[in-house]
Amino acid sequence: MIELVDVRKAFNQGQHNELWAVRGVTLRLEANCTTVLRGPSGSGKTTLLTLIGCLARPTSGRVRLRGRDVSGMTERFLTGLRRQTFGFVFQQFNLVRGLTVEENVMLPAYPLGVSRPELRRRAHNLLESLDLAPHAQARAEWLSGGQAQRAAIARALVNDPAVILADEPTANLDTDLSHRFLDIVRDLKRKGKTLIMTSHDPLLYQAPEVDRVIGLRDGHLD
Amino acid sequence: MVVNPAIVALAIATLASSLLLAYSAAFGWRLVRTWDLSSGSELQLGLERHTYLISTLVAFVFATEAISLLLFVYNADRIAPLFVGAMCAVGTLNTSPFGFPALLVKVLVFFAASTWLVLHHLDTRGYDYPLTRLKYGLLLAVAPLVVVEAYLQTRFFLALDTDVITSCCGSLFGANREALGSELAGLPPVLAMTLFYGVLGVTLVVGLATRRWPAAGYAYALLSALSFAASLAAIVSFVSLYVYEHPHHHCPFCLLKSEYGYQGYLLYGPLFLATALGIGSGAVRPFARVPSLSDVVPPLARRLTNVSLSMFFFLVVWVCILTARSGLVLLGNEGV
Amino acid sequence: MPNNPWFQRQRYLVDFTVGALARRKGRNLALLAVYALIVFVLASVLLFSQALRHEAAMLLSSAPEVTVQRMVAGRHDLVPAAYLDRLAKVRGVADGRGRLWGYYYDPSVAANYTLLVPMSDPPPPGKVRVGATLARTRGLGVGDVLSLRSHEGHPFPFTVDGTLSSESALLTADLVLVCEQDFRALFGIPAGLYTDLILTVRNPREVTKVAEKVLRTLPDTRPIVRDDILRTYAALFDWREGMVMVLLSGAVLAFIIFAWDKASGLSAEERREIGVLKAIGWETSDIMAMKLWEGLLVSVFAFLLGYLAAYLHVFGFGASLFGPVLKGWSVLYPQFELTPRVDGFQVFTLFFLSVFPYALATIVPVWRAAIADPDVVMRQ
Repeated sequence: MIELVDVRKAFNQGQHNELWAVRGVTLRLEANCTTVLRGPSGSGKTTLLTLIGCLARPTSGRVRLRGRDVSGMTERFLTGLRRQTFGFVFQQFNLVRGLTVEENVMLPAYPLGVSRPELRRRAHNLLESLDLAPHAQARAEWLSGGQAQRAAIARALVNDPAVILADEPTANLDTDLSHRFLDIVRDLKRKGKTLIMTSHDPLLYQAPEVDRVIGLRDGHLD
Repeated sequence: MVVNPAIVALAIATLASSLLLAYSAAFGWRLVRTWDLSSGSELQLGLERHTYLISTLVAFVFATEAISLLLFVYNADRIAPLFVGAMCAVGTLNTSPFGFPALLVKVLVFFAASTWLVLHHLDTRGYDYPLTRLKYGLLLAVAPLVVVEAYLQTRFFLALDTDVITSCCGSLFGANREALGSELAGLPPVLAMTLFYGVLGVTLVVGLATRRWPAAGYAYALLSALSFAASLAAIVSFVSLYVYEHPHHHCPFCLLKSEYGYQGYLLYGPLFLATALGIGSGAVRPFARVPSLSDVVPPLARRLTNVSLSMFFFLVVWVCILTARSGLVLLGNEGV
Repeated sequence: MPNNPWFQRQRYLVDFTVGALARRKGRNLALLAVYALIVFVLASVLLFSQALRHEAAMLLSSAPEVTVQRMVAGRHDLVPAAYLDRLAKVRGVADGRGRLWGYYYDPSVAANYTLLVPMSDPPPPGKVRVGATLARTRGLGVGDVLSLRSHEGHPFPFTVDGTLSSESALLTADLVLVCEQDFRALFGIPAGLYTDLILTVRNPREVTKVAEKVLRTLPDTRPIVRDDILRTYAALFDWREGMVMVLLSGAVLAFIIFAWDKASGLSAEERREIGVLKAIGWETSDIMAMKLWEGLLVSVFAFLLGYLAAYLHVFGFGASLFGPVLKGWSVLYPQFELTPRVDGFQVFTLFFLSVFPYALATIVPVWRAAIADPDVVMRQ
């Protein structure tokens, strides 16, 4: 489903602090699979995740989504594709302060101009399935860690994407909440979603729900 | 020299537009030379990011040009009383050889801008920047036009010299000078009418034909431009006469005044829109062959043509109405 | 149609913008205040000038079509009544009269009065009618005595018979109406001489031709056509207005810099917010559209606020802030009611002069903020 061919990613290219985060990764990820990218900090796993999720363009190399080459696409089309295909859950959750939970969940669909009643319905259903319905009108900054993460997951699901990407999802959670997170993972798997996560937490990459673990070191596959 | 707020505004606007467009053209030059879509290097990414800025700036400049066209005409009308013999904008524009050329170039810039904007819109609908290089290359051609316009407008404003009482002796005006040509010559009404209805009739027919034969779209674009010219001739030659109910008042600008109920807007608005969209519809058709645009071009061209057609149609109907309800009888006088 | 995606998208963007503006009240209020101030200043000048212009035009429309003055050695001299007979023979002249008027300097208020013998209904001998401003300045009411010095130095007392209505106060401010014999006695002008002659012309289109003929018939005169006066005033007002605009351009420039600064100075919170939006699927054009909506909303609001304040300032308070510059050199400032006039052309020009620079100033900062990489939130 997602194919990376010899992708490389550099930051600050041409300057004295030039950094190559990913150095030639070739990878093939199947649908309906739950994959974890594992490696120490600085291994480039987060950068690789952004390349897989079309959040960044590779400096060189090709990225193919469902057979289609997306490396040379305009930002408009790439973003459109990304909105449809991927949902991101960030390590810091990154909810917008000052907005309610419900509004936060609805945000990714704004540029699509989905009708408001329809969008609210979708948001409400997602919040319900994640036990957040009573907090729908609460301000995002009032949520606890676990609640915030679930809100972030709801937001990632609002456009019904096929793939969910999560960066270090259990890094800010205690064991209890981590287990709850795995429940959610199981649930998403059942619904046919593809999951790709980065983690250095053994609780996650050794869990039975995980189908495949890919190791990363210094921008290369292990 | 005449310095009023509108002139100050227009001067600032043209200066800003010229500078912005020159900057954009310089960027366009860089882009045309170094654009490489397959590369993911930071240079390419930087270029792509910059296109957002430049496109916004150019769209802004073109919107400003459209507004300044209107403001220019309106201002010319306003300051007409300052010149002896000038009864309206026509007189003002005739005070120097730069007046009408400035207006003409402004109109050209308007249509160049509208065409560019249509192409830009089409470009954004493709997933691989299909027309970006072309678009910025075209910018290099339009930019000089804007600079010429700025030059002509500035010379025009600088040449404005009001006829005011300055010396204590002999302050009589109009005695020894030629008339300011406050009248525009028109074509004989029958000829103008034949031309108008004829050209627009053919335009409408060809426009409808494009539904069946898209290739006719190029003819339609050309006919749109011709219709513009024919309509202007018509306005000067007979439509204004009917509106003013006066056999010798040919001024095309007085129509915009409040005394005539701003009827001019109902003429010029649809006319400019129809022409701009008509030319635009022709401009997009060659790109139907581009793979990323093959299913975008036909519906877009169709939409542009439809709006253009309805505007031309409205124009014809409106001219008929103005003719019918006027108290002036023109055709009965022919041959007398 | 309002339900199609494009409209809905705009509505969402506006929604988000309004929320964002409310979340950063402090910064946005400062911007709004400065913006409205600029509009206020520009609008005040335009509105005031427009009202003055209208006043003057209204008044001058009742001025005589042709005024004939006699010139001796390049200076204005008295004109003999005999000229009237010669002018009556000029074809195109419908009527000709002599006019008596002059200036009187009053040291007690250090001002010039204009003394005029009106064409019809002169005051009775020994009585005068004075302009409202003069009455106010000298504290004169009906029945009070105004004492002037004759050309021989003797006091010449007049009783005030009435005041002139202040409808067109601009030109009657310093006017004193007297009867012909009092005028001649005061200034020592013998019968048979007038200050100037006024003519009415049969066909208004022929005014210039008639004026030419007058010049040929009486070579030592200078005929002044009314349209020329109107034109001169109009040009003067225009010029003054334009000059003030040019001077204010400094303020506008400062405003542009301020606007640029405000638009660039995104707080860390704002940058983060934009980063998040881009990460969850908003494009650069969505962010730019949102920011431009923000600019538009602020502009419209500031424009309305500034214009309204200017309207009140000019028509409610008589433009007390900078009336003198535009009114001119007269020592006596009339207190007249300006007729409120709003002119589409003017609003348009004002819009162009205020919103255009603002929009221009914000495009680049808005773009800079919007091009944040979508993955920038991940790198923090």
